[in-house]
Amino acid sequence: MNIEVNGPKIVFTIPIFGGINVTETVVNSWYIMAFIVIMSIYLTHGLRVKKPSKKQVVAEKLYLMIHNLVTDVMGKKFENFVPYIGALFTLSILGSLSSLLGMRPLTADLSTTLGWALITFMMVQITNIRTNGFLGYLKSFTQPVALLTPLNLISEVANPISMAFRHFGNVASGVVITSLVYSALAALSNFVLGFIPNDFIKSIPIFQVGLPAILSIYFDLFTSFLQAYIISMLTMVFVSSAAE
Amino acid sequence: MERAIVLAASAVGAGLAMIAGIGPGIGQGYAAGKAAEAVGRQPEAKGDITSTMLFGCAVAESTGIYGLVVAMILLFANPLIGKL
Repeated sequence: MNIEVNGPKIVFTIPIFGGINVTETVVNSWYIMAFIVIMSIYLTHGLRVKKPSKKQVVAEKLYLMIHNLVTDVMGKKFENFVPYIGALFTLSILGSLSSLLGMRPLTADLSTTLGWALITFMMVQITNIRTNGFLGYLKSFTQPVALLTPLNLISEVANPISMAFRHFGNVASGVVITSLVYSALAALSNFVLGFIPNDFIKSIPIFQVGLPAILSIYFDLFTSFLQAYIISMLTMVFVSSAAE
Repeated sequence: MERAIVLAASAVGAGLAMIAGIGPGIGQGYAAGKAAEAVGRQPEAKGDITSTMLFGCAVAESTGIYGLVVAMILLFANPLIGKL
């Protein structure tokens, strides 16, 4: 029995700079980006002030959800963060939920989550420089005493790493555990049906029907929502605390 | 032979790395217990308490996730086999 747990497969290679590999993650993210763009165009098409249509009510509800989240956590003056947080939340949640369709989830690849974490890291640094000035920014590392500068630098660098690993680890562990459960159930049904002489009936994995769905509720639905919430929440908290 | 030793040691190491799961387990259980207490005391703040608890749980989880990443590297992308 062999258990298959693989990284993202390489779909094709761009033949420049010694070959850039385009993996499954990138291709799946194109599908999800296309889906988000089409949904955005569809939902915002034909908006009316009076007598809003059903889809307009849905669009307003979704927008207000993100808007209230951002203004509650960051305050009114960070209203311009609503588009970024909304995009991050939507991409994260759809990227993780795409595993329900049998696609490899985007966020089970460290490159994706590390990219988002680095964007947050840059935002924090830029916000800090904007509020405190460059000298004040440098000085903030020597607080409370100059002796702690190396530790402050390490904790600053550790933030994006822990953010990236948290999201990646949660989704990737779901992928690994789901594939382990599938092969265990295949082995179990092979064991139970093993006495039947007919080869075709023997090869039907009866236990793979239905049982993994219970795991899928936790690993796909719950983890996707929770991690999308966490990564946008952490981004908001870090950026708004950098502005103080 | 060397390869077998490295593989066995990696498997044992992956198992040992997952001992890190104890910490987040205790921490999250404690947070959930406190949240249940808080809801009992102030049921009208249930939404705020739940979102704060989930946020804290997710942050407390990161040490366990580090252990998981180490275990997954040892199992699926073992860097030690290449050094033989």
